[in-house]
Amino acid sequence: MKLRKNIAVSEAGLLFNPVTGESYTINPIGIDILNMIQAGKTRENICDAILEKYLCDRTTVENDYQDFIGLLSHNHLTERHEDKDA
Amino acid sequence: MSKLRYERPVIKKLEGGMPNKFGLRSEIQPMPTIDGNSVANLIQDYGSPLFVISEKTIRSTLKKAKKAFETQYPRVQFAWSYKTNYLNAVCNIFHQEGSWAEVVSGFEYDKAIALGVSGKKIIFNGPEKSVEDLTKAIQNDSLIHIDHLDEFYTIVELAGTLKKRPRVAIRVNMDTGVYPIWDRFGFNYENGQAWDAINKIMHSGKMELIGLHCHIGTFMLSPSAYGIAASKLAELTLALEQKFNHEIKYIDLGGGFPSRNTLKGSYLPGIDTNPTFDDFAEAISTALLNSNFRKDKLPLLILETGRALIDEAAYLLGSVIANKRSSTGRRNTILDVGVNILFTSFWYDHKITPAQSFSQYTEETCVYGPLCMNIDVIRENTELPLLNRGDHVVIHNVGAYNLTQWMQFISLRPNVILIDTNEKPHLIRERETLDNMNNMEKIPDYLVKIN
Repeated sequence: MKLRKNIAVSEAGLLFNPVTGESYTINPIGIDILNMIQAGKTRENICDAILEKYLCDRTTVENDYQDFIGLLSHNHLTERHEDKDA
Repeated sequence: MSKLRYERPVIKKLEGGMPNKFGLRSEIQPMPTIDGNSVANLIQDYGSPLFVISEKTIRSTLKKAKKAFETQYPRVQFAWSYKTNYLNAVCNIFHQEGSWAEVVSGFEYDKAIALGVSGKKIIFNGPEKSVEDLTKAIQNDSLIHIDHLDEFYTIVELAGTLKKRPRVAIRVNMDTGVYPIWDRFGFNYENGQAWDAINKIMHSGKMELIGLHCHIGTFMLSPSAYGIAASKLAELTLALEQKFNHEIKYIDLGGGFPSRNTLKGSYLPGIDTNPTFDDFAEAISTALLNSNFRKDKLPLLILETGRALIDEAAYLLGSVIANKRSSTGRRNTILDVGVNILFTSFWYDHKITPAQSFSQYTEETCVYGPLCMNIDVIRENTELPLLNRGDHVVIHNVGAYNLTQWMQFISLRPNVILIDTNEKPHLIRERETLDNMNNMEKIPDYLVKIN
């Protein structure tokens, strides 16, 4: 799974899509995930990192990760041809 | 290194140029404690969901209501509306504070008697009073509010049989400018039914007409309607005095005052818009004081308000079962609180606050209950922080009608606790068990074996 090109994410949690001109807010854990996606990490790597940093169980993290990816896709922020690994 | 509190990842589009019409902030504060008790601990000790009633709030709300009326009218008596919440502990708090009992069925009447309320301090309303109920009420000198002529004739008969002079009032319905008119109860003022009933009672000579009663609606947002009702009852009272030289002892304006809840479809929250006790007291007492009563003949003003006195005192604690997304991308959160125990979610947009801290991030959320029924929706659309599975929530203003209209549907009804004025919790109604349900059932012999 890859984010669309030119998507800009600020440290404060603002995401800007220059193609549509739309802006979004993201919470800190969402920024962590976006940064890891941009760094090319796999879903498993990302979930491991989240579990390392936050107090939660794997099922919840994996479900919420999938839901988050769904939201990115819903808002047309991902590449159409997704990496199978993601 | 200790780990951070988990919050699910969320992304939210910024939509400039579409502010809320009224510019309201959607800021929510967590509610980790109720009257000094941790929500998490209460749920651990008593389970989830859990009804929590604050004795402190009940007593302070009633004091506020009394102060509002007693500072404007010299003779005021509150009667606790059993149908609003008839848990014995709750009723007794009101009775300790001096409230009479207002009941609308034989079951409620027996409940009040069993709690030790004097028969003379029980107001018996409602369209269905059996001969057995009326007999008890007459023997106990209770205040019987006649709803229809069939009831009147039954009382005439019973008065003869029992050789007692029943103490009665009639319920009057009327046009107060609020529509539709509640005209299914009692006798109509405008078309003369009420005056006709009064004349029948007076000419029967079998009973003592001591009061006039009306109850003009529910969740009334217009105090002036009560002023109109008070004026019309005052006119009837004065007409009675003129024609029969008979003094009415009390005028009962019933209930119907709104709580702080927000009705579905309202633009603004109820806490900001609903009239206060002071507003109603002003309208009612002005109407009565401005009528032609002599100063020494002012009738007692009885108020049967229920919802406004108890709604804010109760909370329903629940837990998040799951989070999911609808086909349109909307956030759906499922709680363990269903409409079977939160009946009022059909009428109100109940305020829901998380019991634990959270960040500033929120999502528009549809809050569902746990029932396998499509109508099981607690809030259709509310801005909520990012709740995790297992998180606890507090649902506010649930004291009125939920604990009398709740249904044993699919699951068993939960514990109810009362937090006393010293902040100590007491279990006042135990969670139901399968045995409770099964004990009421009987299986015919031929159906006992299934194999």
